[in-house]
Amino acid sequence: MSLRIVVCVKYVPDATGDRKFADDLTVDRDDVDGLLSELDEYAVEQALQIAEEADDAEVTVLTVGPEDAKDALRKALSMGADKAVHVEDDDLHGSDVMATSLVLAKAIEKTGYDVVIAGMASTDGTMGVLPAILAERLGVPQVTLLSEVKIEDGKVTGRRDGDTASEQLEAALPAVVSVTDQSGEARYPSFKGIMAAKKKPVESLELDDLDIDADEVGLEGSWTRVDSAAERPARTAGTIVKDEGEGGKQLAEFLASQKFI
Amino acid sequence: MAEILVYVDHVDGAVRKPTLELLTLARRLGEPVAVALGNGAADTAAALAEHGAVKVLTADAPEFAEYLVVPKVDALQAAYDAVSPAAVLVPSSAEGKEIAARLAVRIGSGVITDAVDIEAGDEGPVATQAAFAASFTTKSRVSKGTPVITVKPNSAPVEAAPAAGAVEALAVSFGPLATGTKVTARTPRESTGRPELTEAAIVVSGGRGVNGAENFAIIEALADSLGAAVGASRAAVDAGWYPHSNQVGQTGKSVSPQLYIASGISGAIQHRAGMQTSKTIVAINKDAEAPIFDLVDYGVVGDLFDVVPQLTAEVQARKG
Ligand SMILES: Cc1cc2nc3c(=O)[nH]c(=O)nc-3n(C[C@H](O)[C@H](O)[C@H](O)COP(=O)(O)OP(=O)(O)OC[C@H]3O[C@@H](n4cnc5c(N)ncnc54)[C@H](O)[C@@H]3O)c2cc1C
Ligand SMILES: Cc1cc2nc3c(=O)[nH]c(=O)nc-3n(C[C@H](O)[C@H](O)[C@H](O)COP(=O)(O)OP(=O)(O)OC[C@H]3O[C@@H](n4cnc5c(N)ncnc54)[C@H](O)[C@@H]3O)c2cc1C
Repeated sequence: MSLRIVVCVKYVPDATGDRKFADDLTVDRDDVDGLLSELDEYAVEQALQIAEEADDAEVTVLTVGPEDAKDALRKALSMGADKAVHVEDDDLHGSDVMATSLVLAKAIEKTGYDVVIAGMASTDGTMGVLPAILAERLGVPQVTLLSEVKIEDGKVTGRRDGDTASEQLEAALPAVVSVTDQSGEARYPSFKGIMAAKKKPVESLELDDLDIDADEVGLEGSWTRVDSAAERPARTAGTIVKDEGEGGKQLAEFLASQKFI
Repeated sequence: MAEILVYVDHVDGAVRKPTLELLTLARRLGEPVAVALGNGAADTAAALAEHGAVKVLTADAPEFAEYLVVPKVDALQAAYDAVSPAAVLVPSSAEGKEIAARLAVRIGSGVITDAVDIEAGDEGPVATQAAFAASFTTKSRVSKGTPVITVKPNSAPVEAAPAAGAVEALAVSFGPLATGTKVTARTPRESTGRPELTEAAIVVSGGRGVNGAENFAIIEALADSLGAAVGASRAAVDAGWYPHSNQVGQTGKSVSPQLYIASGISGAIQHRAGMQTSKTIVAINKDAEAPIFDLVDYGVVGDLFDVVPQLTAEVQARKG
């Protein structure tokens, strides 16, 4: 039996660009280039490695996002994923984590899976909770924030480096996994990979295909609301001195003036 | 008065500072009821009562240590059912966020993560979040269900506010998902004797400019002179010079101390994401054009191998 791996990938505004909120207080996607969230490249990488280890495996990349989110899917396909699923619907605009996770869970069930792999956090919302919510919604074990992951004999094992301890985890499949940026550098797409990606299937799904009502998602259907977003005032220009032998002492003087010493 | 459930982060009964901060925020919304789980849970009561907990619900069972996250969600849900609170507050650790989010789905509520402040509002608690590497400040609310909010360390003062803190045993029955993910081994992190990175009032960080694991001794010496925690950039961590647990930034710890000192760190957006909300920022960098200087209250353009030891000596001299 083939191992079915679904990788959740998010299309996000480039963090090095000028990220902003739009008038409706959702992420402004017009003025900044989007890309595959860099932390999801690690999820794709681990999925590909697990697939290479398994005798027979299929890697499907899944995104919930606007039309341009196809770019994120293409990138993952060019890295080596087999096929892609794109949930795209105007009613999804402004979905919070509860709405997004509902859509992902339904799409994952429809696609079929033995393991779901996600990134540790998106680089825009950066909540770091979606994989745990998916596990709750799907009713399967969560094996999250792994810096090392392995799938063998119907089991997933891995290491989670927590705040106070490092833990070794084990769960039976099916399961939801998330991996950190310590799990191993992601590969670059090869020219061959980029060419091959153009021919790989991308399935498009709408809310109707997933039996989700429009009022369960989007800005209106979300369970949280953003009331305001204000740009942080620019920091007032600080004092900058050039070290001419007394830099450390001058800095100590500043720290003393601020009562740190 | 409305009750506010506060999830307690503790190590064998020693309550961690972020939980005491949560009690300060909870008191703005109602009467704090604390939930402490696992080994030493009942030992937390004195500290929690001292900081305003009217009640402390405790539960211990082997499941909390032997399985990942879900047993704690089951217990928090039992507390939620018992108390019917007006809001649930949880510290923003990686685990805290997962517990909060799973509870929220179960009780049909929205969740807000990484709040840096909470105020009472007409339509429920209003949470402040720092977005896009802290370049924006947003105010949000949970619009469905009982607000579940996780709060970052250093978001509120710790205040004494003595309350009853009556300990009550919480009855928990574990659901079928509780034993899904087994913890087969656990290696506790060794204590360095320095303050916890996310809780420290002062953080001294080193980056690629430190140029070697052995050179981190000069960063540590400065930190020790100030009673500070030590941080590192991802470049320094990836080079193997300092442990990943000390990384500051988007994929490391997010810190918000009174004073942040960056040495040999350029100030990439992903690093800024983890330290931009620090009150006072100081940088030492030999490149006058380094982006970190855009953030600083005080910057020294110079070689850290000259500036840092001189600063350390001066701090020690002044402290006498
Ligand atoms: C600054 C900001 C703050 C926000 N705060 C909140 C909040 O407090 N509460 C709230 O309910 N919503 C919030 N949102 C909205 C929320 O970020 C989105 O709904 C989002 O899709 C899910 O959360 P995340 O991106 O933070 O995911 P995370 O939990 O950080 O993502 C983890 C992983 O889940 C997968 N994933 C996430 N989104 C998708 C997707 N669309 N398609 C495929 N895979 C995906 C990826 O593998 C990702 O690496 C916020 C958004 C922004 C921009
Ligand atoms: C998805 C993603 C997540 C990331 N997460 C993080 C994160 O959590 N934390 C993080 O830090 N980074 C993170 N990064 C990496 C980040 O983009 C930068 O690469 C990193 O922060 C650079 O570290 P640095 O400033 O130490 O090194 P550099 O950028 O190489 O800067 C070194 C600086 O030291 C100065 N210097 C050199 N020698 C001396 C000397 N003798 N005296 C004084 N100054 C000197 C140089 O002028 C330079 O400015 C992430 C990247 C990605 C893509």
